[in-house]
Amino acid sequence: MHKSIIWINLLIWYREAIFEKRYLNNYLNGENNMKKLLSIFAVAAFAFSANAGTLDDVKNRGFLKCGVTTGLAGFAAPDDSGEWAGLDADMCRAVAVAVFGDRSKVEFITTTGKSRFPTLASGEVDMLARNTTWTISRDVNLGFEFVGVNFYDGQGFMVPSALGVSSATELDGATVCIQTGTTTELNLADFFRLNGISYEALPIETNDEGKENLFAGRCDVYTTDASGLSSTRAAAPNPDKWKVLPEIISKEPLGPLVRHGDHQWGDVVRWSLNAMIIAEELGVTSENVDAQMSSNVPEVLRLLGVEGNYGEMLELSNDWAYQIIKQIGNYSESYEANVGPDTPLEIARGLNALWTQGGILYAPPFR
Amino acid sequence: MNEMNEVRKPPVATTGFIGWLRINLFFNWTNSLITLFVIYCLYQFIPWILDWTIFSADFKYNYLGEQITNQEMCSRNLDPENGGACWAVIYVRFYQFIYGFYPKVEVWRVNIAYAMLALALLPLLYAKLPYRKYFLYFTYIFPVIAYFLLNGGLGFTEVSTNKWGGLLVTLVLGCTGIALAFPIGIMLALGRRSKLPVISMMCTLFIEFIRGVPLITLLFFGMVMLPLFLPEGIDMDGLVRVLVAVTLFQSAYMAEVIRGGLQAIPPGQYEAAKSLGMSYWRMNLLIILPQAIRISIPPIVNTSIGLFKDTTLVIIVGILDLLGIGRGTLADTNWLGLSYEIYFFVSLVFFIFTFGMSRYSLYLEKKLKTGINMGAD
Repeated sequence: MHKSIIWINLLIWYREAIFEKRYLNNYLNGENNMKKLLSIFAVAAFAFSANAGTLDDVKNRGFLKCGVTTGLAGFAAPDDSGEWAGLDADMCRAVAVAVFGDRSKVEFITTTGKSRFPTLASGEVDMLARNTTWTISRDVNLGFEFVGVNFYDGQGFMVPSALGVSSATELDGATVCIQTGTTTELNLADFFRLNGISYEALPIETNDEGKENLFAGRCDVYTTDASGLSSTRAAAPNPDKWKVLPEIISKEPLGPLVRHGDHQWGDVVRWSLNAMIIAEELGVTSENVDAQMSSNVPEVLRLLGVEGNYGEMLELSNDWAYQIIKQIGNYSESYEANVGPDTPLEIARGLNALWTQGGILYAPPFR
Repeated sequence: MNEMNEVRKPPVATTGFIGWLRINLFFNWTNSLITLFVIYCLYQFIPWILDWTIFSADFKYNYLGEQITNQEMCSRNLDPENGGACWAVIYVRFYQFIYGFYPKVEVWRVNIAYAMLALALLPLLYAKLPYRKYFLYFTYIFPVIAYFLLNGGLGFTEVSTNKWGGLLVTLVLGCTGIALAFPIGIMLALGRRSKLPVISMMCTLFIEFIRGVPLITLLFFGMVMLPLFLPEGIDMDGLVRVLVAVTLFQSAYMAEVIRGGLQAIPPGQYEAAKSLGMSYWRMNLLIILPQAIRISIPPIVNTSIGLFKDTTLVIIVGILDLLGIGRGTLADTNWLGLSYEIYFFVSLVFFIFTFGMSRYSLYLEKKLKTGINMGAD
């Protein structure tokens, strides 16, 4: 009996000793724990602040991270020397020029239709210029901010020229190649019902499939976004045999977007785009920009940073817009070089012409 | 009488070329019919494919003798009646197909890495290589060298993985996935067959979970969800995230393949090893695994080839592997519409690698005589 009490006491003492040792260690390491705790807070605070100071992050990093497509004709695709080229690539470069004055200070991150939003949300890219349609849910619910429109796209129709059709309303009874499960399918049904004509759908999965089916004559009409139709047409062995009809049956405004909540950064991207549009409006091009420095038009002087301190307001250098025009060109130059009538895509300006020239491209005044 | 002792020759119809033809191609009327049909198909197909890929194809110049710089200059686009493939697109874009967007001044590093990869594979391919032991040491340290060589560090300027692409990414993903998955797979297979319930349950859970979801899901998980869980300061490289996903995926499949091999080992082998007083690890390392892996070579190579081809899925998370570069090229307005050439080239490269792998497995099987029954009956 006596012996067992000794044993139990020993056990209790031993456990207490262990406990005390732990307690002591904890006490001694308290400072470390505090540091750990602080660092966790610091990381959390950093995560929070990263949302707020994208411009500073970009400046500190030394280059812009811009999300583009994995390859879309005219918008963003690597050229023979591995440089990204296209309307969206120019948008990225314009922002890089605005911040650094150097068109090469940009890293292109390729994103797909599925990965683009998480990539932007997680801060892996500073902005997206990835022909993304501006919709309410993306703008509001996903927590992004569309800062403008750099291409007005819309669903169109392509037919063989030999079909002798000049308007989509004449397509009664046609077989239409249509990507299933997309909004284009719904738009198509709406359009034909509205015009009281019928069609037969040939479901396809990818753009390539649509192309092959149309070229092989298995369908009379192929419908997708107008820019996509143009690149499909350009890829045809004999492009003149195909024709894009004038009807555009949906709104697809494509534009650059940034994360919600960082208005300073949003402004930089927004006004980089606007500067290109305003430059076209004012007739400032990459060729005549130096001569325009001594222009007598006040808005030109403001745009080029000769008058006013608009660069300072954006926390950029005062010649930011001058540099964009000098190194990238105005909107028209970028359009003509990448998707315009002289490129294989042959997309007419259409809606993308300036508001003064029958389009809807419009930038707020630079003052 | 002597005439009777003369050895009679076998009938002409059963020996030599004619005999071979009769036995293999024209044994009965169904065989003959199939043979004739196949010959007809080849007769139709082979001249056409040879003409398209070689005889009427443009390699660098079109039929006018101009150097081709865009699709409009291809012979078949200048004159749709004539002209075959337009390989000029591959010629012009060859750098991108092999190195992606790797800076040109640093590309010697990739070339050295490719050469070292060949050197590292050498002792694995030829068992009779002189000084094989030292070559093997090199094979073990090759991944470390390759990491610094390709990524930068140790005096090399850093090249962001964002600039990697083409065959480089395909090989990095394929080789790392296969090489890492092998040991992990072995551990998982042993773990799943372990008698310790926690270990076996965890391994089973892991394997079944990974095998239960498609690779695309894992890639998305790695690419999209992982950065959301990590705090913003911790930046995990995109390629690393994909590598993790690919390796996890491959190791689960590898584990099941090796488990198949383990289960084929007769219990007598285990009992014999235990009766010699061997520990669990010694038994597995010396007796069980060598036999199990030997009989699972065909399925191991099978899943490895599968993985090598599955790496093309990384396009959906925005990494431009060989196929991705091909698709990017197709999106260049200069090269629109050359999909046949580009897909043909990409599939040819994949064929070379996967065919090489399957030949290697045949060589291994022959060398290790896996066909021989190892007393399992």
